[in-house]
Amino acid sequence: MRPPERASGTRSGASVPASTAGPALDAELRLRRGDFTLDVALTAEPGEVLALLGPNGAGKSSALRALAGLAPLAGGHVFVDGSDETTTAVEHRPIGMVFQDYLLFEHLSALDNVAFGPRCQGAARAEARSRAAELLDHMDLADHARARPRELSGGQAQRVALARALAVRPRLLLLDEPMAALDASTRIDVRARLRRLLEDFDGVTVLVTHDPLDAMVLADRIAVVESGRVVQRGEPAEVARRPRTSYVARLVGLNLFRGEGAGEVVELADPAPGGRVRVSVREPCRGPALVAFPPRAVALYPEHPHGSTRNVWRLTVDGIERFGDQVRVHLLGPPSLAADITPAALAELGLSRGDTVWAGVKASEVECYPG
Amino acid sequence: MTAVVTRASRRAPRPRSGRVPWILLVPAVAGVLFLVLPFAGMLLRAPWPAMGARVTDPDVVAALWLSLSTATAATAVSLLFGVPLAWLLARTEFPGRRLVRALVTVPLVIPPVVGGVALLMVLGRNGVIGRYLDAWFGLTLPFTSAAVVIAQVFVAMPFLVISVEGALRGADRRYEEAAATLGASRVTIFARVTLPMVLPGIAAGAVLCWARALGEFGATITFAGNFPGTTQTMPLAVYMAMQRDPEAAVVLSLVLLLVSLAVLATLRERWVRAA
Repeated sequence: MRPPERASGTRSGASVPASTAGPALDAELRLRRGDFTLDVALTAEPGEVLALLGPNGAGKSSALRALAGLAPLAGGHVFVDGSDETTTAVEHRPIGMVFQDYLLFEHLSALDNVAFGPRCQGAARAEARSRAAELLDHMDLADHARARPRELSGGQAQRVALARALAVRPRLLLLDEPMAALDASTRIDVRARLRRLLEDFDGVTVLVTHDPLDAMVLADRIAVVESGRVVQRGEPAEVARRPRTSYVARLVGLNLFRGEGAGEVVELADPAPGGRVRVSVREPCRGPALVAFPPRAVALYPEHPHGSTRNVWRLTVDGIERFGDQVRVHLLGPPSLAADITPAALAELGLSRGDTVWAGVKASEVECYPG
Repeated sequence: MTAVVTRASRRAPRPRSGRVPWILLVPAVAGVLFLVLPFAGMLLRAPWPAMGARVTDPDVVAALWLSLSTATAATAVSLLFGVPLAWLLARTEFPGRRLVRALVTVPLVIPPVVGGVALLMVLGRNGVIGRYLDAWFGLTLPFTSAAVVIAQVFVAMPFLVISVEGALRGADRRYEEAAATLGASRVTIFARVTLPMVLPGIAAGAVLCWARALGEFGATITFAGNFPGTTQTMPLAVYMAMQRDPEAAVVLSLVLLLVSLAVLATLRERWVRAA
């Protein structure tokens, strides 16, 4: 996307070569806003896409704004390519940012929006425009260069915003909920396209999203942020398979429990008044452990089932909702869990709220990992 | 059958919202009449046959020209100082900002005559600053066309500042943040992002400012005096005419009314509509 050599001293004044030892992004962000405190440490390698995934109000956007210099830090540091940008003014940071609703300048054409950054960096008008045209061309937007932002579709506006952010040749690309302003029907295409464009970028990308799908598709690594802290880090597959908090478990659609491993059985922590709950798991584990299984692994029976199912509990129906072509049954325990069954099975069981039912989960479906 | 269809297609079905309550309607109509009737009265009493001759009277033309040129100059000066002032009030934090804001709005609430007296005390030949202007540069402001402009700026600029400040506060600051992440300095952000965004607000403020300057009377007559050709603007001319020849006052008033309405309508078409 970017010419191989970065014009030295165009931004930040630091002439640190891209191949500095250490991570391309090394940030520790501490900030305070009223009662809310944010304290997260982020690192990323060149070319890596790091997603900050978390619920609204978790502090993801604050973290991104702090990286950009738009929110003042109470403590910590921001190193990009080894150079200290902690106190650098926003306009001198080696960053490019794509905002949630893109914030394209309405009074400028798409081309001039993209040329804005290079012009600010001192490029001549013709040079800035040619760089902008090149970027728009790369994003298949050459036909829309003259268009005003309001004439663009959501996906096109997103690419113009991305081109505008890349035009300043950033070392750190910041994306704030880049998919949030799009309607559901265009999201799949736009997401796939964004992924390809991000793959071309050789700096660090930090992406903020509350949508696990965005994080799974776009990111190389995920940091889950809850209440201003990183509660889990890992590759998308790892996060999806082994969630560490109930928030992540809900996002990736797993039943999650915390407990104490004793070989092939895990005793769940803080069970409800009903007493101890033990879960047989696939592979033995010891010590503090997390236990996860998907709702579709749960079978429901009107009577205590006979057979090989190792985990059987008598539970109360708390609610029933449609979930794709399945029906999700929320059950009150201990252990409280969700079960996905077919509408036919639901009809057969004749369940409604308050009924009791037997739930069974095979040990082979239950994943156990250190907690 | 067809009749029914045509009727239905002609009038879209709309839920009845009921009548406007008379307790609101009566005062509203009375308000409109109160604002419109004086103009109607003026039109009725105008000496229409003699109109052509009176309007082309050199004194009338001179007063009109002076009014239009000074009001325009006052608006330009107000823009030059008022827009940066509005930016400072809306976009920066400094100690005493609230006090400055309050002081800026003082000319809005004091009688213009008082403003004229104040200007005379400061810029008059013996004024706090005026005496040095006179001693060092041989410059005396009172009773010149420049004084007319100064008096108009004094009373009209606050309108511009208030309206531009409101526009700035209403503008989405995230666009300015976006510009900053693209490497724009504060001056660049102001010139290339903020200014285009608040242009409608500035235009509205300028129109308000111009209209106020055009109608300025009290501060002008106090600070600039009433000399035909140099400081006698239309409002002053109307007042003077009223003393000796009410018919002439009506003519002058009509001219002032029509010219200002025409200018405002044109500007409204071009600026406000475009925005």
